[in-house]
Amino acid sequence: MRRFAKDCPVETRLFAVLVLITLGLGLGTDTFFTLANITSLLNNNAVNLIWAVGLLVVLIAGGIDISFAVAASVVQYLAALIFGAIGGGNWATGLIVAGGLGLCLGLINAALIHGFRVVSIVITIATFNVFFGLLMFFTRGRNIYALPGWWTDRIFIFEYQSANGVWSELNLSVAIMLACVAATAILIGWTTWGRQLYAMGDNPEGARRAGVNIALMHGLAYGWLGMMAGIAGLCQVNIAKEVVPNALYGRELEVLAAVVLGGARLGGGRGTIIGCILGVLFVAVTQNGLNLLGISPFAFQMIIGAAILVAISTSNLDLGLKRRRAAP
Amino acid sequence: MSAFDRLNARLGRETLPLLAFAVFVFAAFSLATPLFLTGRNLSSMAFQMPVLGLLTLAMMVPILSGGLNLAIIFQANLSGLTLAWVLIQFGGPEAGVGAFLLGCLAAIAVGATSGALMGAVVAYVGAHPILVSLAMMIFLRGLGEFLTRGGDISGFPEFLGVIGHGNVMGIPVPLLVFGLAALVWHIMLTRTRHGFSVYMIGSNIEASEYSGLHTKRTLMLIYTISGIICAVAGILMLTRFNSVRVGHGEALLLVTVLACFLGGVDPFGGFGRVLPVVLALVILQMLSSGLNLIGANQHLSTAVWGLFLIAVMALRWLGGRLRYGTGRD
Amino acid sequence: MTPDDAPFALRLSNVSKTFGGLKALDAVDFAVRAGEVHCLAGENGCGKSTLIKIVTGVYTADPGAHIELFGQARDGITPSEARELGIAVIWQDLALFPHMTVAENIAFDGMVGNLPRLLSRGAARAEAQAMLDRLGVRLDLDTRLNTLPIAQRQLVAIARALMGAARLVFMDEPTASLTQSETDGLLKVVQTLSEQGVSVVFVSHRLAEVLEISTSVTVIRDGKLVGVYPTEGLTQARLGELMTGAILSSEVTAQDRSGAAPVLQVENLTRVGEFQDISLTIRRGEVVGLTGLIGAGRTELAHTLIGMTQPDAGHMTLNGQPLRPRNIRAAIAAGIAYVSEDRLSLGLIQPQSIADNTAISVLDRLLNGLGLIASSRKDRLVRTWIDQLSVKIGHPDDPVSTLSGGNQQRVVLSKWLATEPKLIILDSPTVGVDVGARAGIFRIVRRLADEGLAILLISDEVSEVLTNADRVLHMESGRLVNEIDPHATTVEELEAQVYA
Repeated sequence: MRRFAKDCPVETRLFAVLVLITLGLGLGTDTFFTLANITSLLNNNAVNLIWAVGLLVVLIAGGIDISFAVAASVVQYLAALIFGAIGGGNWATGLIVAGGLGLCLGLINAALIHGFRVVSIVITIATFNVFFGLLMFFTRGRNIYALPGWWTDRIFIFEYQSANGVWSELNLSVAIMLACVAATAILIGWTTWGRQLYAMGDNPEGARRAGVNIALMHGLAYGWLGMMAGIAGLCQVNIAKEVVPNALYGRELEVLAAVVLGGARLGGGRGTIIGCILGVLFVAVTQNGLNLLGISPFAFQMIIGAAILVAISTSNLDLGLKRRRAAP
Repeated sequence: MSAFDRLNARLGRETLPLLAFAVFVFAAFSLATPLFLTGRNLSSMAFQMPVLGLLTLAMMVPILSGGLNLAIIFQANLSGLTLAWVLIQFGGPEAGVGAFLLGCLAAIAVGATSGALMGAVVAYVGAHPILVSLAMMIFLRGLGEFLTRGGDISGFPEFLGVIGHGNVMGIPVPLLVFGLAALVWHIMLTRTRHGFSVYMIGSNIEASEYSGLHTKRTLMLIYTISGIICAVAGILMLTRFNSVRVGHGEALLLVTVLACFLGGVDPFGGFGRVLPVVLALVILQMLSSGLNLIGANQHLSTAVWGLFLIAVMALRWLGGRLRYGTGRD
Repeated sequence: MTPDDAPFALRLSNVSKTFGGLKALDAVDFAVRAGEVHCLAGENGCGKSTLIKIVTGVYTADPGAHIELFGQARDGITPSEARELGIAVIWQDLALFPHMTVAENIAFDGMVGNLPRLLSRGAARAEAQAMLDRLGVRLDLDTRLNTLPIAQRQLVAIARALMGAARLVFMDEPTASLTQSETDGLLKVVQTLSEQGVSVVFVSHRLAEVLEISTSVTVIRDGKLVGVYPTEGLTQARLGELMTGAILSSEVTAQDRSGAAPVLQVENLTRVGEFQDISLTIRRGEVVGLTGLIGAGRTELAHTLIGMTQPDAGHMTLNGQPLRPRNIRAAIAAGIAYVSEDRLSLGLIQPQSIADNTAISVLDRLLNGLGLIASSRKDRLVRTWIDQLSVKIGHPDDPVSTLSGGNQQRVVLSKWLATEPKLIILDSPTVGVDVGARAGIFRIVRRLADEGLAILLISDEVSEVLTNADRVLHMESGRLVNEIDPHATTVEELEAQVYA
C-alpha cells in the first residue's frame, strides 16, 4: 500500500479527493449512497470507462489517439448495415463485428503512424477528420432507428426493487465494461506484451534496441483502443437505442482529460488501470453530485472544468516541489 | 548553396511545395468548374478563411512552444459573448461605435485572461498544456452554456456588417484583419525576443532557462497572446454571423491543428513558420470551396482535409528517405 | 591478468565499413581473448562505435572482412545471433526504462517477443536478484529506475546486459557520468567479470582508468588501426599521443595572480544540505580550480553563484558590489556566466541553429530602434565569435547538434563570452570532448584569463585542474578542505587526497 502511494502519487491523491467528495455527497444528500444512484452511475459511465482503458493502452505506449470516438460512430453505422445485411445477429456476433471493425480502424491508425513514422497526434487528427467526414457524407447526417431488437433491448444483469418500490438495475454494458477493464488490466499488467508496451512508451529507442517489435506494439496499442472503441460504440447504441452519426463527436477529449487526470503520462511509460477508473469516476461522481445537489445542469460542465483545473494545479504543484528538492 | 537552396532556407522548406500544390489545386478547380474562378467564389472564400486563419494563428504559437491550446474555440466564443453582452447593455441594435469598441476591449480582456490563466498553470505548475487547455475548454464551454442556456444571442447594430461583410479597396475586411494578424505573427516569431524564446523553449525549455531566457514569462505570454487572437476571432465571428452561440465553430478546433501540421509546424515544437501555415490555410479553403462547388458537401471536404494531411505526411516521409538515403532503422 | 595463450573470444581482421563513400573503418584488425579486459581507445568519430556495431550485428562489414567468434569463423552476424552467442553491449546512453523497476529492467530482455506470455514476476525477480548477487551489488528490486542515481542505473544496465549468459561484453563509455568512487565500484565489477571468464571490451575517454583496468589497448585513429599495446608501461601522455597523433602537453600552467584585484569574493556561504561555510576569492585573470568528488557540492555551489538557488547564509560580492542574484538572468546581468556540466540537455539547445545558440544570451543587444532583432547585428555577432574561438562549422544556420563535442563547447563559450562576463564558471567543460580538442579548450581558457577574466574551473579530473588552474581548491562533503598550489604537488598526490 505504501509502495503504491509512492509509485503512484497521482492515483493516491486522486483517490483521497474522490473519497472526500464521496463522503461529502453521502453526508450532504440522502440519495447519493443509494443502490439506485450507484447503479445508474455505473450504467451511465460504462461506455466512457471502456474507452478510457483503451486510451490508457495507447498513452502507455507513448501515443495519443483523437480519433477513437468518431471511430466508434463509424463502427456503429457499419455494424447497423452489417446486421441489416445478415438479418439480425445477436450479442455474440455483435461484439465480434463491433470489436473487429474497431480493431481494423485502429490498425489503420497504427499502419499510418508506423509506416510513415509520423507522431500519433498528427495521424489521429487526420483520421478523425477522415472518419467523421466520410461518415457524415455517407449517412448525410441521418439517424438510424431500424436496429435489430437484441441491440436495443434492455438486458439487466442485476435487478433489485427496494422496499419503497425503487428499481436498481445494472445494464449489460456494465458487464461488458467489467470484462473490458479486466482484459486490459491483464494485457498491460500480466503479460509480456504489456511490459513491452510500457517499455516502448518509456524509452522507444531502448525498446527497439532490445528487440521489441515496434510495428507489432503499435498495432497492439491502436488496435486495442480501436476494439474498445467499437465495443463501447455497441454498448452506447444499446443505451441510446438509435445510431446518431455525430452523437459521439467531441467525447474523445473528455475521456482523454479523465485518463490523464488519473495519472497516465502524456508521452508514455506510465499509467494504471486504477488511475484510469479513478479519473473517470472523479468526473462522473462530480457530475452526479451536482445533479443530486440540485444545481442547474447548465453549470455542470463549468464546475467540472474548474474542478479539473484545480486538481491539475494542486497535484502538479506538489510534484514540482518534490522534484526541485530531489534535484542536485 | 544554389539560389534555390537559399530561397528554401529563407522561406522554409515547406513553402515551395505547398505553393506549388496551392497553384495545382487552384488550376484543377478552375478547370473542373467554371464557378470556381469567379469573383463571387473568390470573395466568399476570402470571407470564410479569416476566422479559421485567426484561430490557427492562436493554435500555432502554443504548438511551437511544445504545447497545444485546445480551448481556442471557446475562448473565441466567450469573447464574442462578452462583446454581445456589452452591446446589449448599450441597447442592442441601437448600440453605438463607442459601445462596440468598449465591447471589443472587454472581449480581448476575457480572451487574454483565460489565456493567461492557462499560461500560469502551464508555466508555474508545470502541468501538461494538453490537460490544462482541455480543462479550460470544458470550463469555458460550461460557463458559456450556463450563461446562454445553450441559446443564440443576436440583435446587434447594423454597422457591424461593415466588419463582417464589408470591403476596403475591394479587399474583404475579415481578410484584411487576418492578413494583418499573420504579418504581426510573422514579425513576432522571426524578429522579436518573444518569438525567439518561443522556438528555443519549444526545443528545450530547461536549456533555455539556463541560457537566461525568461521561460515562465514567455509561456504566460504565449497563452495570453493566443487568447487575444482568439478574442479577435470571436469578434469577427460575431460580426459575420450577426449572432453568438457557444459551440459555434467547434468543428474548427482540430482543423486548426491540422492546418499547423500541414504548414510544417513540428508537432514537438521548436520549428515552424507563418507563411507555409497561411498557404496550408489557403489550400484547405480552396479544397472546401471547390468541392462545394462541384456538388460535394462540407463533410466530404472534412474527409479530404484529413486525407490531404496523411498524403502530405507520406510525401514528407518519402522525401526524407530520398534525401538521406534509406539509412538504418 | 589473463594468460596470453587464452583462446580468442573474438578475432576480426581486415574489417572495413564505408558509409556513402566515406570509410569509417579501414582494414582494421581487432582481437580479444577470453577473460581479458581490453580497451578500445580513440577519439570521437574514429570508428570505435562502428566497430562495436559490426560485432553486435547492427552494421554489416564491407566484403573482405574475416570474423571469428569464440573460435568459429562466420560470414556475418545478426543482432539476435550476437545475443544468442553471448555478446552484450552496454550503450553509452543506457537504453534503460526509467519508469520501470530495477527487476523489470534487468529481466526485460526475457520479456521481449512477438507472442504474448503471462508474466512471472517471481521468476523475473529471482533472476534479477541472482545477477545482482553475482556482481556483488545490492539494489532494491522494486525501486523505479528514475529514482536511482546514475551510477546505480549503470549497474542495472550491466546486470541486464549479462542476463543472457554473456561471454563478451562491450562497455561504451560506461563511466562518462560517474564519480570517481562510483567508477571504482564499476571497475571492481569489471574485474569480477574478468575473473569469471567474461571478456570485457572497455571504451572510455578517461585515459587513467583505461590504464588502470585493462591488460591491453587497441588504438584506432581516423578509422585505421594504430596498434595494439600491452597496458603495462603505457603512460597517459603516450596513450593520448597515440590517439590524437599529436604530442600533448601536461605542463602545469599555474601563475601567481595574488596581486590582481579580486573579482568574486564569497564569505561563509552556506546552503543547508548542500554546502557549508564556503569562502573563496577569484581574482582578475585567475583560473581557480575546484575539484572533489561528484556530490561534494561543487555544482550546487555554482548554482547558488548564478542564482538558480538561494543561499541560507553568507554573502558574495562581485567587483566589490554585493551580489545576490535572484535568478540566472540577474547573474548574467551582474557579469557571471555558467557553462553547464550537461552540454547535451542544459548547455545548448541541440536542434536549434549555431547562430541562435550563440545569440540566445545577448538578444537585448541585437535589437534595432523598433525593438526588433536586427539580423545584420546577429550575423555580425555570430561571425565574430565563430572566428574568435575558431569554431569549425558548416553554416551558422546548421543545427548545433551537427558539431563535434569540442566545437559544441566552443559555441557554449561563445554564447557566454558574448555577454561580456567578469566571471565565468566552467563546470566539467571537457565531458565528452576528445583528448585533442580538450587542449584547444584550455588554450582558450588561458587566453581569456590573460585578457582579465576571472575563471572558476570545476572538474573531478584532478590532472585537468592541476595542469590548467592557478590554484586548486579541494571540496569535500560540502566544505572547502584544502587549497593546493599546482607547482607544489603532483597529480598522484592530489588524486590520493581527493579520492581517499
